[in-house]
Amino acid sequence: MAESSQQHIDIHVEFSGGAELLFDKVKEHEVKLSHDNNPWTIRKLLVWIKENLLKERPELFVQEDTVRPGILILVNDADWELVGELEYEIQNKDRIIFISTLHGG
Amino acid sequence: MPVACRMCGGPAVLKRPKTGDAVCKDCFFYAFENEVNYTITNGNLFKRGDRVAVGASGGKDSTVLAYILKLLNERHDYGIELILLSVDEGITGYRDDSLETVKRNQHQYDLPLKIVSYEDLYGWTMDAIVKQIGLKNNCTFCGVFRRQALDRGAMLLKANKIATGHNADDIAETVLMNVLRGDIARLRRCTAITTGAEGGLPRCKPLKYTYEKEIVMYAYFKKLDYFSTECIYSPNAYRGHARTYLKDLERIRPSSIIDLIHSGESLSIKKDVKMPVQGTCTRCGYISSNAICKACTLLEGLNKGLPKLAIGKSNKSRRLLDAASQSSDSTNEKTSPKEKKKDVTF
Ligand SMILES: [Zn+2]
Ligand SMILES: [Zn+2]
Repeated sequence: MAESSQQHIDIHVEFSGGAELLFDKVKEHEVKLSHDNNPWTIRKLLVWIKENLLKERPELFVQEDTVRPGILILVNDADWELVGELEYEIQNKDRIIFISTLHGG
Repeated sequence: MPVACRMCGGPAVLKRPKTGDAVCKDCFFYAFENEVNYTITNGNLFKRGDRVAVGASGGKDSTVLAYILKLLNERHDYGIELILLSVDEGITGYRDDSLETVKRNQHQYDLPLKIVSYEDLYGWTMDAIVKQIGLKNNCTFCGVFRRQALDRGAMLLKANKIATGHNADDIAETVLMNVLRGDIARLRRCTAITTGAEGGLPRCKPLKYTYEKEIVMYAYFKKLDYFSTECIYSPNAYRGHARTYLKDLERIRPSSIIDLIHSGESLSIKKDVKMPVQGTCTRCGYISSNAICKACTLLEGLNKGLPKLAIGKSNKSRRLLDAASQSSDSTNEKTSPKEKKKDVTF
């Protein structure tokens, strides 16, 4: 393998449907994840988001090791329930979108 | 290795919560729209010539409702007229932005729009009410006023029906809350697809069987313009708990939502349960099970400067308000500490 363990992957993370309110109302984030030997999964990404992007009330975004029920996740415009949920292995250039269904209008 | 669509074999984008089926975008649109059409035709929600006021808040549910009613009306020739109806509660920084969304929807969907405000209807904005009563019971005022505001707005529009964006999750949550509160009268009413025929305008819920997840996915894939926010005044904690509980159940067993609605629909009320008799308010003519409706009672409390007396059980607050007007000539003074002791909690 030509790639060293110091490589990174670039992904696009987006929050909408009211989820952005927990991120200073910033919807779109370009994220660089440093690539160690373990693959990045959604499970791991959630921890990273909680530690690096989340601005307030973490319990409204993550619960235990998963996303709060009522927040939908789309991976490259497909329901995360179709791609393995927490265990999905994130690829370079993935678009991962979190949409809250819990906010009214 | 994308999952294949159960209907056409194309690349699936969604796992449907109701059935567990994986479907592609086009098959999802097809199924979603057909199911709402089925709900409408099977429940006889509309008749040709109806003038339907669509309760529009700028949020996801009412935006999808407006979009799909317009689409289905054209596709299936319902022969109905659609008008967007928005309520402006007068909450600075909350309703302002969502009303902008509704105004955009008006152009996007080419539908007329009417906005009615609490200020015009009642002489009070929610901002002013909160200034007066604080953050404890403001949702009571807002909820009671909103219900009537839609009716009054629809009557101004000469509409004969109101359609609201309540979805399956909302109905399931209401069933649950009415069970928890032992509110048998509401429990019986809350699953009806059309309600309020006596006195008020009939209200229907075309999205009654539509999951919130699918509404949000539909809006996302169709790129519909909606606004999502939290009310800046205190959220309804009880409803919040009920919703969280339901969402937890849904994750384990997605059919929980629809099952709860079916339970609500199938409950039969014992004959000896006393049901309130529906009459009309002697002041404003709105349907009410008391001589004076809840909105008029709340309004009287506000105008007398005794808003807290009006909150709670109707009969009790009526007595307190009547007593208050006898004991003081000046009806507009602020609540004195002595009167605060009579504060009604619920
Ligand atoms: Zn398909
Ligand atoms: Zn009244």
